[in-house]
Amino acid sequence: MANSSEKRPSRGALALLSERTIESLIYVCGFSAIIFVFGIFFFVFKEGAPFLTKLNFTEFFFSKEWIPTSTVQPKYGIGALIVGTVSVTVVAMAIAVPFGLGAAVFVSEFCTGKVKESLKIIIELLAAVPSVVWGFIGLSVMSPVIIAVFHVPVGVNLFNAALLLALMSVPIMVSIGEDALKAVPDSYREAAVALGATRWQMVYRVLIPAARNGLLAAVLLGVGRAIGETMAVLMATGHAVNIPDSLFDPVRTLTATIAAELGETSHGSDHYQVLFLIGVVLFSITFVVNLTADLVVKGIRKG
Amino acid sequence: MFTETPFIRRKRRAERIAQCFFAGMAAAMVIPLFLIIGYIVIKGAPAISWEFLTENPRSGGAKGGIWAAIVGTFYIVFFSLAVSAPIGVLAAVYLSEYARENWFTRMVHLAVVNLAGVPSIVHGLFGVGAFVYFANFNDGKKSIIAAALTLAVMTLPVIITSTKEALAAVPRQFREACWNVGATRWQTIWRIVLPNSISGILTGVILQVSRTAGETAPVMLTGVATYKLLESTGLFLYHPIRDQCMALSMHLYYIATQANNVPAATPYAIATVLVGVVLVVNAAAIVFRIYLRSRKKW
Repeated sequence: MANSSEKRPSRGALALLSERTIESLIYVCGFSAIIFVFGIFFFVFKEGAPFLTKLNFTEFFFSKEWIPTSTVQPKYGIGALIVGTVSVTVVAMAIAVPFGLGAAVFVSEFCTGKVKESLKIIIELLAAVPSVVWGFIGLSVMSPVIIAVFHVPVGVNLFNAALLLALMSVPIMVSIGEDALKAVPDSYREAAVALGATRWQMVYRVLIPAARNGLLAAVLLGVGRAIGETMAVLMATGHAVNIPDSLFDPVRTLTATIAAELGETSHGSDHYQVLFLIGVVLFSITFVVNLTADLVVKGIRKG
Repeated sequence: MFTETPFIRRKRRAERIAQCFFAGMAAAMVIPLFLIIGYIVIKGAPAISWEFLTENPRSGGAKGGIWAAIVGTFYIVFFSLAVSAPIGVLAAVYLSEYARENWFTRMVHLAVVNLAGVPSIVHGLFGVGAFVYFANFNDGKKSIIAAALTLAVMTLPVIITSTKEALAAVPRQFREACWNVGATRWQTIWRIVLPNSISGILTGVILQVSRTAGETAPVMLTGVATYKLLESTGLFLYHPIRDQCMALSMHLYYIATQANNVPAATPYAIATVLVGVVLVVNAAAIVFRIYLRSRKKW
């Protein structure tokens, strides 16, 4: 800053200009997140849009025939892929929700000091393992184990992928769930303890009802993560277009289909455009899930 | 002391059961991690040697090492960070220092949350539409720059969120003191807020490195080749705009699912290197954070 006092009122025009510049740059960057969200929708939609005119919506969403490479009569029905995504997500959540929320309760209420710190660090590291490594684990570690334990012919199937997705979405549930429990005022805990409640009674009579919304948001974010996961499900589901009858059937998901097939399509072909439309579907699903989670979290802040 | 009535005894037992139950839940997630990572490292470590790390892959990946993939990952991380770190930090400065409580700020928050939730494969599609074909860096072909920009957009929320937390940790009194001596908003940020939060910001950047290094789906659509025959083994293997590169994450996928005649230990070795890189980077961020917390002055 200028130190001569007579110059004080007018800091150099240059300084003022550069400050203006940097401030407008800051505004632009702040705005960038909005631009990118719209940009993602715009570009994904733009690449897929030409096919909309040829698209039969009922067939697209409900037919289970996905035969995009047929030279005679290609069929673009994503019904089986939607069922695949939904079934993997549901099974994964059935495993992850109890474990994730249970671990969140344990980290937040049942342990302190060193144990708590190291558990949080381990969960953070768990979240950092890349999804392709999870896929590799499914392919080469879990698959033989599943074959040996459940006596099924193929180890890469719905259950394998769901197990991986559960392990992958637990960290986000734990950290958001723990935040939600931490947000419950300590006076609630003190009141419960003063009435003679044990910690367990306090957890399920006071904390869980009080943190209900935050825990729901944690689950929703886990669901969002599971729906959007690509590499792990590509490698561990078996990647067969199939409506599963049992836990050990191979399935195929929306995300994995895009990842596996886009590289082999030519720019602008029907198949290429349909894959982008699947992208639009995925974007819309996760957008709704995340928006709901956000509104639910806002709900706690107000209430 | 009071006597233990059956009621209290029952209560105590429920408490102990609950504690064991929740501890079991936490252990059920932590222990598999150790077992699996341990298994991969044990199977992969013997195959890792100096040659494995510094030679290029040969014979479709069946022979040779992973040098080209390591360099490729480095390129992508470098360029993506060079774009997203400044934008992300400035966006966080906007949210934390300039934004007022209005609908626009809420929109930005919502956009950040949603950007973080968009599936990685959709980011990949966006990269194809926006950077490969629309920006057209490399004549409608995949390129390193397209992959790096895709990941930059994708990891933006990571850096915005962590930087915002770092900025929020600087006490308000620091800013007020600075305003009181006549500094402008930007001077306050530049001289007081950023220097006091730089370490927190750096931690976020480090975490972003690990996230970027592990991503597979978006880069395989926008700029990473499964296999590339390269003659030299220097640092400058690729042209950032004209070339596709190899990457560690994609190499693991390729070797594990598509390559032929690969020695059984190779994919484990690649996985070990990839997990090693990511965990070391993350551990560094954690140690850094703990160190900072211990020497915080306020």
